Amino acid sequence: MRRLLPILLLFAIPIQAAEIRVSAAASLTDAVTELARLYESKSGDTVVLNFGASSILATQIVNGAPADLFISADEAQMNRVATKVRVALLSNKLVIVGVPLLKARRIAIANPEAVPAGVYAKRWLQQRGIWAALAPKMIPMENVRGALAAVEAGNADAAIVYATDAQIARRARVAEVVNDGPPIVYPATVLRDAQNAAGAQRFLEFLQSRDAGAIFRRYGFLTK
Amino acid sequence: MTDAAILFFTVRMAALATALLIPPALALAWLLARPQWRGKSIVETLVALPLVMPPVATGLILLKLVPHSVVFTWRAVVIAMMVMSSPFIVRAARIAFENVNPRYEQIARTLGAHEPRVFFTITLPLALRGISGGVVLGFARALGEFGATILVAGNIPGRTTTLAVAIYDRVQLGRDDAAWHLVAAGVFVAFIAIWLSERSTRRRT
Repeated sequence: MRRLLPILLLFAIPIQAAEIRVSAAASLTDAVTELARLYESKSGDTVVLNFGASSILATQIVNGAPADLFISADEAQMNRVATKVRVALLSNKLVIVGVPLLKARRIAIANPEAVPAGVYAKRWLQQRGIWAALAPKMIPMENVRGALAAVEAGNADAAIVYATDAQIARRARVAEVVNDGPPIVYPATVLRDAQNAAGAQRFLEFLQSRDAGAIFRRYGFLTK
Repeated sequence: MTDAAILFFTVRMAALATALLIPPALALAWLLARPQWRGKSIVETLVALPLVMPPVATGLILLKLVPHSVVFTWRAVVIAMMVMSSPFIVRAARIAFENVNPRYEQIARTLGAHEPRVFFTITLPLALRGISGGVVLGFARALGEFGATILVAGNIPGRTTTLAVAIYDRVQLGRDDAAWHLVAAGVFVAFIAIWLSERSTRRRT
């Protein structure tokens, strides 16, 4: 029994009450972490953050994983979950890093069939009527940061990424800014199955505040 | 969360997963080492399944099976690790049990030993070398677990973020330098684990 005790103690971590559990898109990691710490110091609430690809987060929520607030990188993933109050929290822009798109030989892009950044990029190029011509040059990556990394490492000479990603790039420079692309919105919602809906609502209101907006903009996001 | 804290958390979770796994894994391995019984081939296949399936698929199944109160907690980390490293321990232990010369066990029985005593004084000690090799490999597999963990335990810094998830997270965020620090730590721990495994399976001469 004495030998078992340390193992039993490992299981005895108390469950904390009234936490606000937030599932947020990976691209928001830095901004939302900073904002959560700020909110905790102001409100005394505890914010627990879970970061991942929006599609993974939606899958977790659909399968009953506990979450109160969901901030998705696109509407499609948000549409999969049961929402309560849904707001358009942020927006973003596509940019081309490396060389201009029409001069590029290898273009890194987030998977255009599934990953939001890739889906947006494909829709934009289809609107311009040049998707079919460029498709053979496309190198689909698992996520948008992978596309950026491909240019930084020299494995592609251009990549279509978010303005927020280009902001953290070390070497790759912005060649073009996409101003005629599809609207890129980060929707946020208090989830219908939230256990702490009131807390999630307060945190969401904070994220929409002027102070929070300034921090989001510092990370390259666009706010209203 | 500091690198040391992430590493310590991961090692602690992997150690707990391995410790919890050993008793049922040995029982299962012992059964599989017995002569043919009904349903044995089905159990064999099920045991090997986590080895063959993509870890993310295993994670998706776990997400359905594990209670909601466990999802996104460190308990989910331990469960994901246990499932993913179970084939390593069960298979190694099974082979070790099969390699025990049954004559020794029979002799013990003719001397009046009951089955549990035969197991603990003859079978287990003779199989221990092979088992410990499998246990270290299982522990190493648990340390590196990623695909199932990220689905069922999420990436909650300070609560469920393991070494592998943290490395992925940092690469995704473009913090390659920070990722490399964790890679170095991971290589170090894996090196020690594999080295111990090699040492424990080496024949004592």
